[in-house]
Amino acid sequence: MFKILSKEFLNPTVVKMQVDAPLIAKKAEAGQFIIFRTTTNGERVPLTIADYDREKGTITIIFQVVGGSTQELSTMNVGDCLADFVGPLGTPTHVEGLKKVAIVGGGVGCAIAYPVAKKLHSLGCEVHTIAGFRNKDLVILEEEFKNVSKTLTIMTDDGSYGTKGLVTTALEALLNVTPYDEVITIGPLPMMKFVSLLTKKYNVKTMVSMNPIMIDGTGMCGCCRLSVGGEMKFACVDGPDFDGHLVDFDEAISRNSIYKEEEAISREANCNLLNKGGN
Amino acid sequence: MAKPNMAKEKVPMPEQPAEVRNKNFEEVTLGYTKEQAMEEASRCLNCRHKPCVTQCPVSIDIPKFIMHIAKDEMEEAYITLSESSALPAVCGRVCPQETQCEGMCVRGKKGEPVGIGRLERFAADYQREHNPVTPDKPEPNGKKVAVIGAGPAGLAAAGDLAKLGYLVTIFEALHTAGGVLVYGIPEFRLPKSIVEAEIQTLIDLGVEIKTNMVIGKILTIDELFEDGYQAIFIGSGAGLPNFMKIKGEGLKGVFSANEYLTRVNLMKAYEKNSATPIMNAKKIAVIGGGNVAMDAARSAKRMGASEVYIIYRRGMEELPARLEEIHHAQEEGIIFKTLTNPTEILGNEYGFVSALKCVEMELGEPDASGRRRPIIKENSEHTIAMDAVIMSIGTSPNPLIISTTSGLESNKWGCIVASEDTGITSREGVFAGGDAVTGAATVILAMGSGKNAAKSIHKYLNK
Repeated sequence: MFKILSKEFLNPTVVKMQVDAPLIAKKAEAGQFIIFRTTTNGERVPLTIADYDREKGTITIIFQVVGGSTQELSTMNVGDCLADFVGPLGTPTHVEGLKKVAIVGGGVGCAIAYPVAKKLHSLGCEVHTIAGFRNKDLVILEEEFKNVSKTLTIMTDDGSYGTKGLVTTALEALLNVTPYDEVITIGPLPMMKFVSLLTKKYNVKTMVSMNPIMIDGTGMCGCCRLSVGGEMKFACVDGPDFDGHLVDFDEAISRNSIYKEEEAISREANCNLLNKGGN
Repeated sequence: MAKPNMAKEKVPMPEQPAEVRNKNFEEVTLGYTKEQAMEEASRCLNCRHKPCVTQCPVSIDIPKFIMHIAKDEMEEAYITLSESSALPAVCGRVCPQETQCEGMCVRGKKGEPVGIGRLERFAADYQREHNPVTPDKPEPNGKKVAVIGAGPAGLAAAGDLAKLGYLVTIFEALHTAGGVLVYGIPEFRLPKSIVEAEIQTLIDLGVEIKTNMVIGKILTIDELFEDGYQAIFIGSGAGLPNFMKIKGEGLKGVFSANEYLTRVNLMKAYEKNSATPIMNAKKIAVIGGGNVAMDAARSAKRMGASEVYIIYRRGMEELPARLEEIHHAQEEGIIFKTLTNPTEILGNEYGFVSALKCVEMELGEPDASGRRRPIIKENSEHTIAMDAVIMSIGTSPNPLIISTTSGLESNKWGCIVASEDTGITSREGVFAGGDAVTGAATVILAMGSGKNAAKSIHKYLNK
């Protein structure tokens, strides 16, 4: 069993948790993920490792409450145990040899971008971070990013904080003045798609962190398959990082909507359950 | 002893009617009563040369356990079975007996062979239901062995090593032990409570099972040696699904059989309130003709599909699945479309599967493997409306362990190179067996290789 050691709401729908998992903490690298099950009746859900502490033996996860299982996880408290927590899965983000990198994070994707920024910074790379959010209330990890970035640009859709506009606007401004070795982008699929389209024009190598539906996360089912450069890849073992200029984003966006109806039902059921519990 | 029962046919085994069972996930075959088992057991001639035993991959003393059943000595029958088999209630259900023990039975020459599988199943079930005992833990010998993978090969190796006094730890990547027995073979063929009970027997013997451990990621083979394991058995199976590489495989509604069966079996998507969703398709094509294809098709029917097709590029005669499973599938209303091969999957404007484009095939000359090669018939292209497609065209070993272990040799198919009789690999102290070595094969062959490896690990650690 995997004990929850700390829990904090970073904003109304984003939760940060530290989980006791010493063996995973010993091996985890930026870009890798875990799969959890809340209870022995739960579904398997992938989450990126947002941070790790090898000495304390802890893994930090940051997740947005979007459906039944994340809702259930968000109601668990310090001292509670998760039934299953398996990792580290996937291939670590490639960071060696990079000197100047732009990191573009969107929403809760910033939680995944952060360990990559931190790792690059620790290796002496110059990191320029752009973090995009819908509005001021949803901004997360600002201090953390500041500590590992040479510049940090925060964008909000409605201009309630930082600069108003999309991350691609800020990135274009940077691309016009700075020659980057690489752009690393992590966030919603449409955002990563448009970042990739932009950097293609500038001919800057761009890595994206894909987030398809997964079950086992060990390469045995192919549910997480993607088309990359016309070839079928399994995100759980070949990725989750891929060359953004080769990914078929439209297919990936379509595939992620397969269980939309079932997810809505599960979310509803969980809401009702929680409301009853509150009464 | 009483005279043998010379009836030409096996005592029939009761089963759920096809029209009832194709709507539920309960076990299809119901097993013998004690009286039926004793009657069937008395068909065994107790041959001195025991041809049946030669074809059993784990060499169960078949006439001996059957004679015990005939004499109403059920516990003795079970003890005889468990001397050779770690999972008799499983093997009695899923072994292809027709090509193994029963294929050699003398009674099969003039009539049906003795129902060895049914009797094995009866003895194991009877023991579990009437006389459950916790086995005595063997005297520990102080040596530690790690087993990677809790499927049939790993469970068999672990059971035999534990009986020899080794301290055995199984490392399993998924959250439940059992391998293909829990994620692949459906409940209606192999109830999961039976797998759990057989695994509990191993735990009672002192085997420790660590789940959520992906070896190659959380720990490597080298680290297991550093942790004090003196020998390692790799039974990680062949879980990597193959796709056809045709257009449209990225559409919503295309599954590998592994994904479909994992959702249904391991994640229990067949239960109404399962947290894991599954697509409710009405017209489903299962591509392939093996046992996994039959399992996927029969599961899809039970999930409420109105039309389920088996699409196979060779003919009915060439279907690689067990005859019994093909019959069961036919009775349950699965439609067999043989000599047909898909060329493309078509989708609608929302990215869901809408149809399958196929060509008809005819069989040409036998190829190097002796099987007649399917050839495309000219102008035979046609389209069948579908809303889901399940690819069941085989699996390969997962490269994770090979790619993270130095000095472990593999072949061009990604299978670990290991001796069939001993499980010895190119790396000292590392043994391997089951599908990780052979590519996708059968439960009982995997168990046999686990047993062989256990013997050779014992030899290796005592030289």
